[in-house]
Amino acid sequence: MSAALAPPDEAGIAAAVLAAAAAGEALAIEGNGSKAGLLRPVQAARGISTRGLTGITLYKPAELVLSARAGTPIPEIEAALAEHGQHLIAEPPDTRAVFGGDRPATLGGIVATNLSGPRRISWGSMRDHVLGVRFVNGQGEILRSGGRVLKNVTGLDLCKLLSGSHGTLGILTEITLKVLPAPEASATVAVPVADLAEGVRVLSAGLGSPFGVSAAALLPDGHGGLAGPLAVLRIEDFAGSVAYRCEKLAAQFPGAVIVAQAPSQALWRAVRDLDALGAARADAIWRLSARPTEGPRLAACLPGRALLDWGGGLVWLAADPTEANHRAVMAAAAASAASFTLFRAPDALRAAVPVINAEPAPLAAIAARVKAAMDPGLLFNPGRMRSGA
Amino acid sequence: MIRLPDPKPEVLARAPEIVAALRAIVPDGPLGHGVISDAHRLKPYETDGLAAYRQPPLAVVLPTTTEQVAAILAYCNRMGVRVVPRGAGTSLSGGALPLADAVVVGLMRMNRILDIDYDNRLAVVQAGVTNIGITKAVEGAGFFYAPDPSSQLACMIGGNVMMNSGGAHCLKYGVTANNLLGLTFVTIAGDVIKIGGDHPDAAGLDWLGLITGSEGQLGLVTEVTVRILRGPEGARAMLAAFSANDIAGQAVDAIIGSGIIPVALEFMDRPAIHACEAFAHAGYPLDAEAMLIIEVEGSVAEQDDMLSRIRDICARFHPISMKVAESAEQSAAIWKGRKGAFGAVGRISPDYLCMDGTIPTSQLPFTLRRIQEMSAQYGLQVANIFHAGDGNLHPLIMFDANDADSFHRAEAFGADILRLCVEVGGCLTGEHGVGVEKRDLMGVQFSARELDQQRALKTAFDPQWLLNPAKVFPLDGLPASASLPMAAE
Repeated sequence: MSAALAPPDEAGIAAAVLAAAAAGEALAIEGNGSKAGLLRPVQAARGISTRGLTGITLYKPAELVLSARAGTPIPEIEAALAEHGQHLIAEPPDTRAVFGGDRPATLGGIVATNLSGPRRISWGSMRDHVLGVRFVNGQGEILRSGGRVLKNVTGLDLCKLLSGSHGTLGILTEITLKVLPAPEASATVAVPVADLAEGVRVLSAGLGSPFGVSAAALLPDGHGGLAGPLAVLRIEDFAGSVAYRCEKLAAQFPGAVIVAQAPSQALWRAVRDLDALGAARADAIWRLSARPTEGPRLAACLPGRALLDWGGGLVWLAADPTEANHRAVMAAAAASAASFTLFRAPDALRAAVPVINAEPAPLAAIAARVKAAMDPGLLFNPGRMRSGA
Repeated sequence: MIRLPDPKPEVLARAPEIVAALRAIVPDGPLGHGVISDAHRLKPYETDGLAAYRQPPLAVVLPTTTEQVAAILAYCNRMGVRVVPRGAGTSLSGGALPLADAVVVGLMRMNRILDIDYDNRLAVVQAGVTNIGITKAVEGAGFFYAPDPSSQLACMIGGNVMMNSGGAHCLKYGVTANNLLGLTFVTIAGDVIKIGGDHPDAAGLDWLGLITGSEGQLGLVTEVTVRILRGPEGARAMLAAFSANDIAGQAVDAIIGSGIIPVALEFMDRPAIHACEAFAHAGYPLDAEAMLIIEVEGSVAEQDDMLSRIRDICARFHPISMKVAESAEQSAAIWKGRKGAFGAVGRISPDYLCMDGTIPTSQLPFTLRRIQEMSAQYGLQVANIFHAGDGNLHPLIMFDANDADSFHRAEAFGADILRLCVEVGGCLTGEHGVGVEKRDLMGVQFSARELDQQRALKTAFDPQWLLNPAKVFPLDGLPASASLPMAAE
């Protein structure tokens, strides 16, 4: 792939797509390229980046909406929201430590990969809060879907189709998000448990409590001086509520301790950004998602390190980047009706294996027609999600 | 009036053969006829919640299994027969309005709850389970299913998925799309596909998100895996009345700006307050121009804290009156008028159209002022109910169905309101769907190319355009494969 072209505006992106279409050459699409190592390597003659499209274009705190161009760095958006006491609901991860590199994720990249952090289990994913998009399709047309209001069911929801499509259906140029007030306070109830199965039971009890748990994770090796396995439940709300709810929760679990705001924030950042997984630099990383009660079984499918989030239903694994390990993950996913993603691996491995679950044949046929409807020249990110697609 | 396509003569000519084939797929059984084709029994299926439009279908088929649904769709696809899916028939946008040559596939007999899993906080239900039925099944354990459209006693989860239904509590809990994990989806070719899973964010493209809210354009849904949530310790409401719409709007901004996320934040204008009070005797302030109902959740102490913060904020805007519920009973009384709003308006007017646009909340005062001006121009009364937290506006336009001119004026008034919603930065529909009602307004919100892109996606799922035809997409500009011949005007 040649160095990515970075047009300064949406019209430039559309022109580049038309040029690629005329040349019949595929495009590798990126923002800052911070997650280029995710899924399969893209085989494309040309590269195009949205990092030239920056800036917040609309922010109405009282209406809970923010629009920004796709190349706007996430930290810039988080800072603008923090000035008004608001935040990104889905708590997207900072993947720089996982994938290396020092450029931060862009809004377009986080939406195109639909990556969400610990708060997803209670407040929804990135895609849940995408209210509107502007994008360029494979014919170089600049189109919109959704809008800038919180409730909108007008027409087919291309916002959701494009979120998590990894740049295979369109190039996002501007995104409007629902945002919310950031909580006044937060704290964590940490419960030492005997094993992962008991840990998931604690997380289920927490999430099944009336106390509005906002995140629920399981750290096999503990954290910050607390021995593992450790089940952790986060409360975020007004200070009085956080104190009250943490006490009520802690009283349910023998040995529970309450982690105060600052160390609690550090703990959840470590879960969000996978520091808590403790993957070695050479390890591959897998992401599995299933019913939380399947979490312990999935976590045991490889001899490596594990981290469980989302009540136990999101399982991160780190182990040697071998095809045998990947086959073991795929077999475990099939046995637990889980989704799997080969999240990080050397190019040779991620090019050689299915990095996400296969689609049943009738859905694959629809997917091919949907791809043709959005990107008839098959220009965008060929091979990103599946080989030959 | 909204134009509907002519029936296909070749399909009408084969009606007896089609009915016989459907009967072979869904025979009569203990629940009654599997297929309905006589004029008298078709009557209940000729319309939905948009009762101004009526058209009996060729037949109604009432399957009880996913396999039957698949066989019905495969047959219709082979024979080129149009299909109109139907849940409880409560759509306010005409989403379930039949066509003369269409087979209505009614899913109301698929009404079983298949699995409730409290540890994993999910339930698997068939499409014909009512919205309230899910909450009823899990409330004993303290859980609930969050989206709560006003029609929740009757409307079915399959219809909720197809319309991406909302409700009064979306600000905190989101709409249907935010509360689903998976679907059993049946394509027009009769393939049964599991979409999503029993966990969030399944790997691959977000088919779940695309199908949700697709108004029956892409396929049918027979089973739904929903997230169920543990309810809070308690909830309580307060009301605050103001002397002007824009002052109430400022109070809404201030509440949200303070960091409080109320579980519900409802706004009623003067005509709505009066209609509801006359109907429900809820004790609403009749001297107010605008009224807010604000609900918070938590322990009693947390409710007290939150309500006192909200009361302090409202006090800055010189309210005419405020009333904080001291008990669950008083909360119910505050909600009683709002929940009876549709009945209340029905009592003062023989008929009404319930509109459903969304606006940026800051545009509320301007929008309401314009609606009142239009009300005078059209000579029709309107009452406004507004989900103030999320900007979803429900103007109720009162008319007399026995007076054709009154109905036409009401439709034109409604269309003008929706154009206004788009003009101020909003959209044509917040939760009722496009259906037939707003089909011809789609060009107000979308460019021709944007509509073409959506149509191309529809074609990817339904190449012959047999699924719920003449809905959502304006009839001009349909692809050749859609073949909806029109009567000359």
